[in-house]
Amino acid sequence: MMQLAVRPAPLLNVDNLVVEYGLGNKTVHAVSGVSLQVARGETLGLVGESGCGKSTLGRAVLQLRRAKSGRVMFDGEDLTAMEGEALRRMRRRVQLIFQDPIASLNPRRRIGDIVAEPLIIAGIKDAAERKRRVHEVLSAVGLDPDLVVGRLPHEFSGGQCQRICIARSLVLNPEFIVCDEPVSALDVSIRAQILNLLEEMKARFGLTLLFIAHDLAVVKAVSDRVAVMYLGRLCEVGPSEQLFARPAHPYTALLLQAIPLPDPDVRPAESVAAGEPPSPIAPPSGCRFRTRCPRADQRCSAEIPELREVAPGQFAACHHPLA
Amino acid sequence: MSAPLLTIEDVAVELPTPRGNLRAVDHVDLSLEAGRTLGIVGESGCGKTMLSRAVLQLLPKKAKLTGRVMFDGQDLVRLEPESLRRLRGRDLAVVFQDPMTSLNPVLTIGTQLMETIQEHLELDAPAAKARSIELLAAVGIPAPEQRLAQYPHQCSGGMRQRIAIAIALSCEPKLLIADEPTTALDVTIQAQILDLLAREQRRRHMAMIIITHDLGVVAGRADEVAVMYAGRVVERAPTQALFKRMHMPYTEALLAAIPKLETAPHTPLPAISGRPPDPTRPLKGCSFAPRCNYATGRCHEAKPVLTSAEMPGHLYACFHPIRMTEGIEA
Repeated sequence: MMQLAVRPAPLLNVDNLVVEYGLGNKTVHAVSGVSLQVARGETLGLVGESGCGKSTLGRAVLQLRRAKSGRVMFDGEDLTAMEGEALRRMRRRVQLIFQDPIASLNPRRRIGDIVAEPLIIAGIKDAAERKRRVHEVLSAVGLDPDLVVGRLPHEFSGGQCQRICIARSLVLNPEFIVCDEPVSALDVSIRAQILNLLEEMKARFGLTLLFIAHDLAVVKAVSDRVAVMYLGRLCEVGPSEQLFARPAHPYTALLLQAIPLPDPDVRPAESVAAGEPPSPIAPPSGCRFRTRCPRADQRCSAEIPELREVAPGQFAACHHPLA
Repeated sequence: MSAPLLTIEDVAVELPTPRGNLRAVDHVDLSLEAGRTLGIVGESGCGKTMLSRAVLQLLPKKAKLTGRVMFDGQDLVRLEPESLRRLRGRDLAVVFQDPMTSLNPVLTIGTQLMETIQEHLELDAPAAKARSIELLAAVGIPAPEQRLAQYPHQCSGGMRQRIAIAIALSCEPKLLIADEPTTALDVTIQAQILDLLAREQRRRHMAMIIITHDLGVVAGRADEVAVMYAGRVVERAPTQALFKRMHMPYTEALLAAIPKLETAPHTPLPAISGRPPDPTRPLKGCSFAPRCNYATGRCHEAKPVLTSAEMPGHLYACFHPIRMTEGIEA
């Protein structure tokens, strides 16, 4: 397997990760041999349609879902080999932000307690210290700690709840955060506020992010590099600007064409996207995109394409990449 | 110009809540001609769905509706329930956001299609079945005959939305209301469904209302766009005019806040600060004034009414409209 080294020592190194689910007597091939690296201080965007395995990959990185095979190296240590106390200690350094901010807050608990919970789990016994940390992160995300700590989640809007979730994810001073569709449940005007906030927090706390979303423009707004996933495999990885300007994988090109642009002069291209993704229970042989790909031939059904460098820093898994 | 098929006149919807009456729709006027597409754009809670429910007369029981909804020469607000029932599904059809909840999970696709067809058209069972197959084929469902015997859970989200569209189209409606028809779908499927709606509309010379929060969805596909904020239409214009020369600061802010593919990574987005006003509280001035960069004292005191711009058909509700003269920004 070729190494996709971006900078000398990546903070996160996912190597040939395979995650499968049982479904009755069938197997869902959610993630099938994904390798990627995230450098310290970098944001890697992960895009793909629903069911492509992007959330499963995010969870498997954090060991919330155990992999069938492959390794997840975080700062030189193999998370897949860790258990119990070692894993719990490691989890302070890695956090997760979910899509639905309201559902991820316990409706019966006060905001102050919700944000302090990770500190209690981490064993910080000093109440004054906990209070200081909670106030610090709540102010950082743009909320007034004195006004919010005593209130309940239902008193806040979706955007404010996402701010609270971000505060909670920051309270243990993590190094790495998986953001799983953090803005898809939010309105356009609030979405921009939260994206700006994530960028600010990243700079202020020196974070490294894995940013999962289905919206390519949202992903591009925050990512240094972008990985495109289809039916459990990576199609393409590369620097954001370059990948969007010159996609090498036909699937990346198809995704870009399908986006409705807020510009009436750009007539939507008629039916660029034919068909629907096949089931991950019985993925196609060879290249998994071949059943919808206009460039597919015999070789695509016989041979799995490996990620190959098509331009500096840009890798595509395709037998017939776009020029 | 022909007489409009649909005219919404001074429609207001209030919903009683424990905190007082909620102004869901605040005196809206709109009209739509046969064969045309109107896009209604706005964020959650702006009243776009409630407005469409007012047209369909499908409001919650407690809701208070005033104004007139003239459809094909009749006022739907004052129509008898029996006449309304005959109208809905035949002349007036709707496609909802979530195809799973709008289809009945325990009935086959064939039963659901044929039920609508036989309710409104005088066809016997074999003719209704033949028409169902024809409709499924028209909306791009492979092997339509086999699909008739299947249940909704056996279809993907995109397939289900195609089936919901087939049911909506089954009686050749004069007006189709599509309420966030692609929000639950992936981007590649969204493009297919929007293409399908546009194609069927042209073919049937049907009027269509697309309700969405995504300006991108209406940009290439609506003839006219109405932007709603806090229950009111704040700007309305032919699509080209709206995107080229928007006069309402909210429309500008909404468009600016969308991440663009051509923008470099890590560029801060021009976010709209704050959030929409509480619809249960009385509001004296412009509902967007507290979040608006151009607001002055007057905006907090008086409510701007929809005013005609230089372009025919372009209306805006603002005391400080932007881009009034080419090259000069207000």
